[in-house]
Formats: sequence, C-alpha cells, structure tokens
Amino acid sequence: MRLSLIFIALFWAGSALAQGFAGLGGSGAGFAEVKPGMVLDFPRDHGAHPAYRVEWWYLTANLAGSDGRDYGVQWTLFRSALAPETIDGWDDPQVWMGHAAITTPVHQFVTERLARGGIGQAGVVAEPFVAFIDEWRMQGLDPMHLTAGGPDFAFDLTLQADGPLVAQGQGGYSVKSAQGQASLYYSQPNYQVSGTLTLPDGPVRVSGQGWLDREWSSQPLAPDQTGWDWVSLHFDSGEKLMGFQLRDGGAGFVSATWISAAGEPEPMPTGALRMTPLEQRQVAGRDLPVRWRLELPQRGLDITTEPVNPDAWMPTMVPYWEGPIRFAGSHTGRGYMELTGY
Amino acid sequence: MRGLVVLGALASHWRRHPVQLAMLLLGLSLATGLWTGVQAINAEARASYSRAAQTLAGDRLNRIVPQDGGWIAQADYIALRRAGWQVSPILEGEYRIGPVRVRLLGIDPVTLPRQAQMVPEMASDLSALAGARKTLYAAPETAERLGQGLVAAPGLPVGVVVTDIGEAQRRLGLEGRISRLILAAEQPLGIPDLATLVRGVAVRAPDASGDMARLTDSFHLNLTAFGMLAFLVGLFIVQSAIGLAFEQRRAMVRTLRAMGMPLLGLMVVMISELVGLALVAGLIGVAMGYGVARELLPGVSATLRGLYGAEVAGGLDLPAVWWLWGLLIAVAGTLAAAALHLVQVWRLPLLNTAKVGGRVAGMARLLWLQGAASLVCAALALGLLLFGQGLLSGFGVLAGLILSAAAGLPVVLAGLLALARRMARGALAEWFWADTQAQLPGLSLALVALMLALATNLGVGTMVSSFRQTFVGWLDQRMAAELYVTTRTEAEAASVADWLKTRADAVLPILTVETQLYGAPGEVFGVIDHSTYHDNWPLLQQSAGVWQAVAAGEGALINEQLHYRQHLALGDLVVLPAGWSVPVVGIYSDYGNPMAQVIVGSAVLAAHFPDVSGLRMGVRVAPARAQALAEDLRETFGLPVRNVVDQSSIKAVSLQVFERTFGVTAALNGLTLGVAGVAMFASLLTLAAGRLAQLAPVWAMGMTRGALARAEFARSLLLAGLAMLMALPVGLGLAWVLLNVVNVEAFGWRLPMYLFPLDWLRLAAFGLIAAAIAAAIPVRRLARIAPSTLLKVFANAS
Repeated sequence: MRLSLIFIALFWAGSALAQGFAGLGGSGAGFAEVKPGMVLDFPRDHGAHPAYRVEWWYLTANLAGSDGRDYGVQWTLFRSALAPETIDGWDDPQVWMGHAAITTPVHQFVTERLARGGIGQAGVVAEPFVAFIDEWRMQGLDPMHLTAGGPDFAFDLTLQADGPLVAQGQGGYSVKSAQGQASLYYSQPNYQVSGTLTLPDGPVRVSGQGWLDREWSSQPLAPDQTGWDWVSLHFDSGEKLMGFQLRDGGAGFVSATWISAAGEPEPMPTGALRMTPLEQRQVAGRDLPVRWRLELPQRGLDITTEPVNPDAWMPTMVPYWEGPIRFAGSHTGRGYMELTGY
Repeated sequence: MRGLVVLGALASHWRRHPVQLAMLLLGLSLATGLWTGVQAINAEARASYSRAAQTLAGDRLNRIVPQDGGWIAQADYIALRRAGWQVSPILEGEYRIGPVRVRLLGIDPVTLPRQAQMVPEMASDLSALAGARKTLYAAPETAERLGQGLVAAPGLPVGVVVTDIGEAQRRLGLEGRISRLILAAEQPLGIPDLATLVRGVAVRAPDASGDMARLTDSFHLNLTAFGMLAFLVGLFIVQSAIGLAFEQRRAMVRTLRAMGMPLLGLMVVMISELVGLALVAGLIGVAMGYGVARELLPGVSATLRGLYGAEVAGGLDLPAVWWLWGLLIAVAGTLAAAALHLVQVWRLPLLNTAKVGGRVAGMARLLWLQGAASLVCAALALGLLLFGQGLLSGFGVLAGLILSAAAGLPVVLAGLLALARRMARGALAEWFWADTQAQLPGLSLALVALMLALATNLGVGTMVSSFRQTFVGWLDQRMAAELYVTTRTEAEAASVADWLKTRADAVLPILTVETQLYGAPGEVFGVIDHSTYHDNWPLLQQSAGVWQAVAAGEGALINEQLHYRQHLALGDLVVLPAGWSVPVVGIYSDYGNPMAQVIVGSAVLAAHFPDVSGLRMGVRVAPARAQALAEDLRETFGLPVRNVVDQSSIKAVSLQVFERTFGVTAALNGLTLGVAGVAMFASLLTLAAGRLAQLAPVWAMGMTRGALARAEFARSLLLAGLAMLMALPVGLGLAWVLLNVVNVEAFGWRLPMYLFPLDWLRLAAFGLIAAAIAAAIPVRRLARIAPSTLLKVFANAS
C-alpha cells in the first residue's frame, strides 16, 4: 500500500473541512465508503473512482543499467477529490498530481506535476487503459508503455506482466488501522521492465523488475498516526513481499502480504512483520532510518536492507523519502522503500 | 565648554532677530517638505508599478501570447500541456463590480508557477476550487472599495481582482478562452517546438520595469522637477537668511576672534549651529512633506489611473529612511547655502572694517563673474542641445538653461537699471534708480528665486497643457467612432456588421495583430479607407496621397516611437513580420504608447495574416443616436454591456480625469510660487532693517514717509515685474526642452508645443500679487515708522 496520498489528502481535506466540504471522521460527507466484501471488477477498476476521496496509480521499478549501475524509477499519478463527483470543465472537483523520479546511486532526479480534472490535462481511462498527466503516460497494462520526464531527466519504459494481478487484503479489501479504516487495493508485482533512462550524462539502457500498486479510499489516517514505513520486495526466488507499519504513539499498525512466485497472495497476520530501524541518516534536514532489519518468522525471513541511494528524498509539495533498496540475510533481492512523516 | 559659550553668543543673534530665524526655518522646512513630498509620491507610485509588473511574475517569466492580440483556445493550452510545455493559463479582462471597473485576472492556482503565486490562499486551499461560486480576491483597499464579499489578499496590486480561471471565464463570458500562458522557468527535456503545436502564438520575454513605469515616467519626471526646483528655491531663502545673519554677526565674529577664539573652533561652532538648525527644519520639513504627499496622492493616483490605467495605492507610509533622507538633504542644503558665507568668515580680516568702495568694486566683479557664468552655462546648454545624446544630456540642457538664467538675471537687471538711471530726469528719479541699483545685490537672490519659480511654472504649465491638447487629439484618433463593438465569434461579427449596415453611418472593422517589430513587441493595425481617419488622424509628416496609399496596401503609417527608434523616415521601408515590407507614407503621434505601431490597409493585413482577429469594429453614427443604437445592439445580439462601448462617455470620463492632473500641477505650482514669495518676503524684510541709514537722509531732505514707502513698494513691484519678464522666455525655453528633448529621449515621442498667453497673464498677476504681499509688511512698517527712529540714524552717525 502507498500512503503518501493519504497524507496529502489530510493536507487538502483539512482546508476542505474548514470549508465544510468534508469531515475527517467516518467516510467524509458524501464520499463513497470502502466496505468489507466489495469485489474488484476489471477493467472498470483500472479506471478512476471519483466518488472516493483519494486514489493512485503507483509504479516503482528496480532497474540495472547497461553501465552496470543500479537505478530506481518511480511513476505516480494521484487523484484527490474535493467533492465526490466529476464535472466537465474547470468546475471539476478532481485534482491530479504526478510524481516522477529516477534514483541513481548518487543522484535523485524528481519532478512533480499538478492538474485540474475536467479539462483534459490529466485523467485515467479504464478501457483501453491510459493514465496521464501532461505528457506523462502510463498506457496499457500488458504491455505497458510508461513515460515521464522533467527538466533534467526522462524515462521511456516498456513493461510486460509476468503474472496475475494480486488482490491485497481480503480480495482487495485492505484494512489500514486497528480502528478498521480500509482501502481497496490491488497490485501487479510482476512486471519485467526494459527501456531507456535519459540522464544529464546521456541515455542509459535499463532492464529490471516493476511493481504497480492501485489503491483507492475515502478514509484518511487516524489522528494519532504520524507517518509510515513501507516496503515492496522482489526476492531472487520470485516471491514478493509487501509490508508497512503505521507509526503512532504506541506499537503502531503493521501489515504484510506474502506473494508466491506464482502470484498467489497470502495476507500475514497483523504484527507478524517486524520492522526495526538500524541506522539514522540526516536527509534534507531530517533524521531518517535508511537501513532496516525486517523479520517475518512465519517465512523464515530475517534480512537487512540498504538503500541504493540513502539520499532518495522527494522534495515535492508533500516531501517524503522513496527509493530502491537492496537486501541480504536469509533472503536476497531488491525492492522499494517509502518513508513518510519524518 | 568654550564652544558652548560661543554657541550661546552666536545664538543670541537669533534671539534678537526671531523673524530671521523663522525665515530660515521656514525656508528650509518648505524646501525639505516639498522635496520629500514629491519623492514620497514618486516612490509610492513606483512601488505600485513594480507590484503591477510583478503580477503573475510578469517581470520574471516568459509568456506565450496570441500574435493577433486575440485569445488562445483552451484546447491549445491542453495540447501544449499534453506535449510537455509547462504553461499556466491566464484570462484577463475588464470587469465591472457594481459601479467600479476592475481588471479581472483568472488563474489556475494548480499549474501557476510558484514564482507567480500572488494569493497563497488559492494555492494552499484547493478546496476553494470546488463549488459553484468561487472566491474573488483583491488588494485590501480594493476589496474594501468593492465590498461584495471579496477577500482581501495583501500581495495584489490595486484595482486587480483575482479568481479561478473557470470563474473568470464565466464572469467575462469567455468560456474556453485564455489571454496568455505563463511559461514556467524550467521546462522538461525535449519538448516539441511551439510552432508545431499551436499556430499564431509567440513567446514574449519578461518585462522587468513594466509598461506602467515606462508610460508614466514623463509624469514623474515633472513631479521630480517640481520637487527639485522647490528645493532650490527654498534654498535661496535659506541662503539669504544665513547671509544676513552672517553679515550682521561680523562684528561679533571679530570680537570672538579678538578674544582668542581660534578660527577653526569658531568654524566648527558655526557649522554645528547650522546643522542643528537644519535638523530641526528637516524634521518639520519631512512632516510637511508627508502632509503634502498625503494631500496630493489621491489626485496623483486618479490622474495616473485615468491617463495610463496605472493603479497607485492610496495609502502612504513614511518609513524611517524618509526621515533620514529628509534630514540629510536639509543639512546638505543648508551647508551648501552657507558655504560662501562660511568661506567669507574664514577669510574675514581680524581688524579691518569693510570699505564701501571695496564692496562696490566687489559687486562689479561679482556681476562680471555672474555674467560670465551665465554665458558659459548657456553655451553648455546649447552645446548639449546640438551635440548631446541621451536623457542625461537632456537634463543637462535643462540644468544649463536654469543656471544660465539664474546667473544672468542680476546682470540683466543691473544693466536695465543702469540704463534707466541714465535716462532718469530729476533728482528724485535719479535717486530712485540709483538706490534700486544699490538694493539689487541684496535682493537678487530672492529675485532669482522668484524668476525660477515663475519660469518653472510657465515651463511645466506649458508642457502639461500641450500634453493635454495632445491627449485630447490622441483620444479623438483612437476613439473617433461613436461606438465600439466587440463580438464573440466571426459569425457574430458578420451578422452585427450586416445588421448595422442600414442603422449606422459606417462600420469600421478594426484588425489588430500583436507581433514583434524590430525585435520588440509591436502592433499592426488594419484600417479601411474611410473619412473618419482622414479627418481625425493628424499626421506629423506625410507623403502626398497618404490615405489612398494606405488603403491600396502601398504604404504604411508608423507611430513616432518607431520613427525615432528605427530612424525610419518617409519613403523608408518598414519591415513587418513574415518578410513583408511597406514604404512609410506617414508618421503619427501616438502619445502614451510604449510600443511600436504600424497602420496598414485592412485588406493587405488580412492577406498577410489570415488568422487576424476581426471581432472588433467601430461604428459611426450621429452622436445623438449612439446611446439608442448601443442599447439596440446589446438587445438584438445579447451582447454584454462591456462589449458595446459608448465612446462619448469614455472620452468624457478620460478628460475629467485628465483635468485632475491640473489639480495636482496647480497645487505644486502654487506651493513653489509660495516658496518664492516667502523668499521675497525674507529678503525684503531683512533688507528693510538696514535700509534706514539710506532712507533717513532722503526723509530729512523732505520726502514724506508715505512717499518713501510708495517708492519702496514700487521698487519691489518693478523688480518682481522685471523678474517675471525674464521668466517668460526662460519658461518657454524650459517647456521647449522638456517637450522636444527630454520627452523624445525618454519616451520616443515629441509633443507639439502650444502657447497659452492667458496662462502667462494669470501667472504674472499671481507673481505680482506675491511680490506685493511680500513687500507690503516692510513697506507698512516704513510708512508708520516713528520719526524719532529716523532721527536716531543721524545720532548714531555723529
């Protein structure tokens, strides 16, 4: 699960509250509510769900360059609704935000886009699938053509799905807190990626693995939740793990899904995954835990993660840390990490 | 300690001569006050312009504008975004809220580059984008003026209302249209060429100073000139007051020196005394300046709004730096005015008393020096006029002219008086002239002050009036048609034109192309062949058959700015975009426009610019029927009120506003003249004290006190009258230089000079009245002086 947008939703919804559009408690005035037993329906659910307050199309990729270096790529489109509807023209209450980044071992290239809905500058079409903001595109699901760029970088990637879509939680119903807040959440963790990164030093051919997350909800964090630490891991065995912990004053809320090499998900019990920070680092003036110990005794997992670039900071409107990681220990492989609220 | 004692001794002089002290302080504070006031007004106006220029980072970011001056389609905006261009749409239009006309700016807070954000609330509170009616933001004073639920946003320029672009489109009736696009400073790699995506648009560079600052420079130049002259005139008062005080304290200075006070110490004490006085006067002056500025600012902002559409905030603050500057200028001015006298004290022989013969010889030498200085200054001015280039040289000409006149006045007066004395018949007449001659040195500074005040008045008055004449002509040029109609689509334009065929005398389609001319933004207008233009468009220079040539597409008219900037003369080819060039057949004045402009035939313009916007048209109709036709038009086509503009009312309002300029000018003129009057008064008063010794013998010989007083009064009026006569050519010279040198250098247009002899008479009357009032008090005192006082003169002499 990707939580960045919930944070952003708080940011925007806070003023919405002041305007009387929506409350933070419950499902929000007029917004649709995620309920247990909801069933994912494709291709409809590849598209946008304007009745829900927040939604995202979130792709990360661990890539290896023809120059022998490791790279990370992020492509994200967030949707945030000021009201649970969509209208043609400037009155559309849907606001879109794109984040794109390339992480190299020594640099983090980031750019951000914002757009209003209703005027054709950004949006998502379910069939044939395309998600776009400005010139950035995520076109098709298999194969997928992914492009984005900024003043100092660009990427153009082709992704082939190597397995089925994975429903997180109970058939896509993914619980987010002890209070029972939830989202609808599915992933495609099995993309084979190839393409070109354009960097200041010139183009680099890359290939590797990608992970797509799709999630929508109307329910923000509980007030005492200050941030979260999230990982997606590609084990060399072909298995995958998605895990996160929401930090609060106490023990926090930890959740994980183990995905078999065939793409079958198995939700882990709450708290089964243990995430322990090992090393703090000053990034953008904050102390961030960039090395972690992850333990999942049920699967014999005990690994230590290392960031490809410890300074993978996203200096966007709402800033956070997001970058590729390597890990070693009981298992080896690559993955992506997101750290927010520091 | 000794310094304090000396200071006390020196100050005792002021205690005995409080009027002198008052004059000194008054002169200095008036000078400082006017200077500070004008500076404060200018500073406030400049701050407003720069706020306006900074609107939406117009001073820092490039813009994409439609070349034909029309609109950019919203679909083109989306096409640019979808191709990667980081642009943000702006819609701008005139909008009426209640009775008030404002500039409505529609923005998209989501894509607006950070540097261009003016209303932080809009960017941080995106929830305001939802909902049917969206918030309108305006500067606090504009919001207060408009009421209507506007939200105050302190960063906005006055007269601007900002809202979401969707709301702006709705309110302006311009759905799907965009005025321009702001280009973010950073663009993504490898975006396609602009021309391959959208036709008819161009990138325009940011404008650091802003059009307003450029347009209004001339106005502020006038204010500054006034401030400077008022300051100079004030310094004349100071100079004469200090001069008198020093003169009267010669004996004291000698005594102090004889008692062992070292010269250097004495100088230090005297300078400290002056600085102290200057500081007091400076404080009063800055306070006065604040008052002046506050009184004048509303008039100035009304003027600027009417003339240029420039909005100047009405509020005025007086930061500490103004106080510092005011004090500094007061001290500097005082020391400058006292410099000569201080040098005299420095050189003062310890024992020698001044000899009358020596003084006379000194006076003659001074006259020679002044005459020479006057000639040198005149020669410098002439040289700069003939060979100089640039604005600085223009100011040099002005300064040379003023200095030459100032130095020359005493010489001319001395010459005239010598001539009059030679022609005088009878002892009394000869005494009168001889005595006037003897008075001249003491009065000459005050007379110079008066002459300069009058000349400036005349010069600036002539310039402003000429400016008004030109402005009226310019209004007629631009607004010769009775109605102006802006249609919403080409189809509507066609049907409106068709509908008007039987109802109006003529329909004049107006084609406009906003483009680049010689590397700078410019406009090309297309006009049809119609008598409206022949009759109303005055040309500075023209070839034979000028309008026929324009109509046939064989000639172009250019504005004066282009004529001066590109040195284009009649017959030269003016190069238009797309490799098109046309011979210049006429040059017209285009006052107030910073841009180059070209007028060609509408057919040939449409041939070269197929996309040219043809939505606007002028309508000629009998003025009496204009109002009814406008109503009809609005009703028949459902045109919004603002799309059908009745010209006569706009003209009336423009002129009304223009008249207010004269309010400001008159106020400043009056103040300057007032200062000059005070200078006269100060000089006459201080001279009167020393006059008794000269008058007593004449009285003893049988002339009554009344006759003496009348002679004194006549002398004052005569001298003032002479100063006034001299002021006339100097003032006209100033006006000529302002109109033909400074304006051309600064703005690229030459204003025709018009003469207003009635104004001269008014000014002369005013000057004489000022002189009469100034002379009245000492003369009254003389008429009523006790004979015993006159007798005492002889008692002292024995």
